[in-house]
Amino acid sequence: MQKTLKKYFIIFLIPTLIAFAIAFVVPFIMGVYLSFAKFTTVTNSTWVGLDNYIKIFTINNDFTNALWFTVKFTVVSVITVNVIAFILAKFLTRGIRGTNIFRTVFFMPNLIGGIVLGYIWQILINGILLNFGVTLTFDAKYGFWGLIFLMNWQMIGYMMVIYIAGLQNIPDDLLEAAAIDGATAWQTLRKVTLPLIASSITICTFLTLSNSFKLFDQNLALTGGAPMRETTMLALDIYDTFYGRTGYQGVGQAKAVIFFVLVGIIAFIQLKISRSREVES
Amino acid sequence: MNTNSIIKKRKSTVANVLIFILLFCLSLVFLVPIFVVILNSFKGKFYISKAPFALPTSETFAGLDNYINGIVKSGFTNAMGYSFFITVASVIVIIILTSMTAWYITRRKSKLTSGIYYLFVFSMIVPFQMVMFSTVKIANMLHIDNPIGIVVLYLGFGAGLAVFIFSGFVKGIPIEIEEAAMIDGCNPLQTFFRVVLPILRPTAITVAILQAMWVWNDYLLPMLVIGNKYKTIPVAVQGVLTGTYGARDMGSLMAMLVLAIIPIIVFYLVAQKSIIKGVIAGAVKG
Repeated sequence: MQKTLKKYFIIFLIPTLIAFAIAFVVPFIMGVYLSFAKFTTVTNSTWVGLDNYIKIFTINNDFTNALWFTVKFTVVSVITVNVIAFILAKFLTRGIRGTNIFRTVFFMPNLIGGIVLGYIWQILINGILLNFGVTLTFDAKYGFWGLIFLMNWQMIGYMMVIYIAGLQNIPDDLLEAAAIDGATAWQTLRKVTLPLIASSITICTFLTLSNSFKLFDQNLALTGGAPMRETTMLALDIYDTFYGRTGYQGVGQAKAVIFFVLVGIIAFIQLKISRSREVES
Repeated sequence: MNTNSIIKKRKSTVANVLIFILLFCLSLVFLVPIFVVILNSFKGKFYISKAPFALPTSETFAGLDNYINGIVKSGFTNAMGYSFFITVASVIVIIILTSMTAWYITRRKSKLTSGIYYLFVFSMIVPFQMVMFSTVKIANMLHIDNPIGIVVLYLGFGAGLAVFIFSGFVKGIPIEIEEAAMIDGCNPLQTFFRVVLPILRPTAITVAILQAMWVWNDYLLPMLVIGNKYKTIPVAVQGVLTGTYGARDMGSLMAMLVLAIIPIIVFYLVAQKSIIKGVIAGAVKG
């Protein structure tokens, strides 16, 4: 079988590999190189060493501000999304009437794209803030909490569905045994339920983590970074550096490399945690 | 039944009723944003920002004006066409080609194929911003900056997740089935399309749903690569808002948002079970 397969390398692999090279491999290598170069299009680059990386932190504070805002946003959204999603999952595994309809409703926003979601919430939040005589872009804190609300609205249903799948895998006799032994609801939750859905918790935590950290469409649509770039997240800051003004493409690419390294670290930690859990079980 | 358990039971019925009420209120909160947009899409454009939560009255009711304006101004029917074409074409191409690739690199073990596999997995964690600028330039240079050419880019970007999911399932197929087919005279292509692909059907549906949701909603790639000439729905919506088509018109924006949501909700209600199953499978794998 191995021998016959060998001859079919071109048919099975080449089409995907060509597309993969055009979209990812070549641009990735170019991207790493261009972060050390000055350029306006990719063909007129000159090597400048670490210049771009130094410029990120010396020209202005945009990148560090965006990083700080992104980290704050990510922490708050990971906690709120997961806590609420878990509570809803608990509620929807009690056999309450209408469970299916509730699940359908809570999950639905997840399918709507980031741009459309962003504008829906912009209109809604502005409508509410109108009563107080301000708008969404009046103060960065409105933008921050607006993004948190939007993220919760979008992600809760998704995480809830994963938690429900985890909760349904817990054998009933374990919960019954805990009840017979006189465990309180809180004890059952902490000592039985949570340890048994640990893998769902890991998955959901890292999904919300990386989705929040890489957020772009929603950020662009809801506030566009206003006021004064105070609600700009990392992805939007990189985009603005690339396309905002000419001559800064190299700095934008250097920011993108740092962004990639940060995302890579998050993914690496996730891999380590789920690996060690597999070994345990 | 002793009194103790009766009390417990009554307690839990009370709790269930309270939870039901809570969930009911919460689902209203989840639905309100969509209702507000639908409501406002029937109001005159000057009345929207002033009182976004008011019901349309005879004075503010605008009929289908917003829809007509929005569709005409932004070329929404074209946007719908481009979005639909790009999504369907990309998903079909991704499913066929990446399942072939995944099968091949799982069945033919060598240093090269496992290297290719890890490269695909690696591509899943790289954020788009890292390759954004170079990819767009390369797409321009190769003249694939049109609705057909962009399918190549979606195949390239979608390959990571798709190959990863397919490979996981190919490993679970007993190799004896394929060997039997080969002995019976099938060449690898026949073996793949007649034997392997039918077994992979449920996985293919999962991959198709994940990719369709991503391509349909994607904004940045179509905006940067083909946004000038061919606007997909997200690009057209963003265009109406930022005033690409003249002054910002809240009325047509509302109508556009409604039109953008409708296909998604229809798709969701039709294929809800597979979508939720696909999302869980995708999450657990990713």
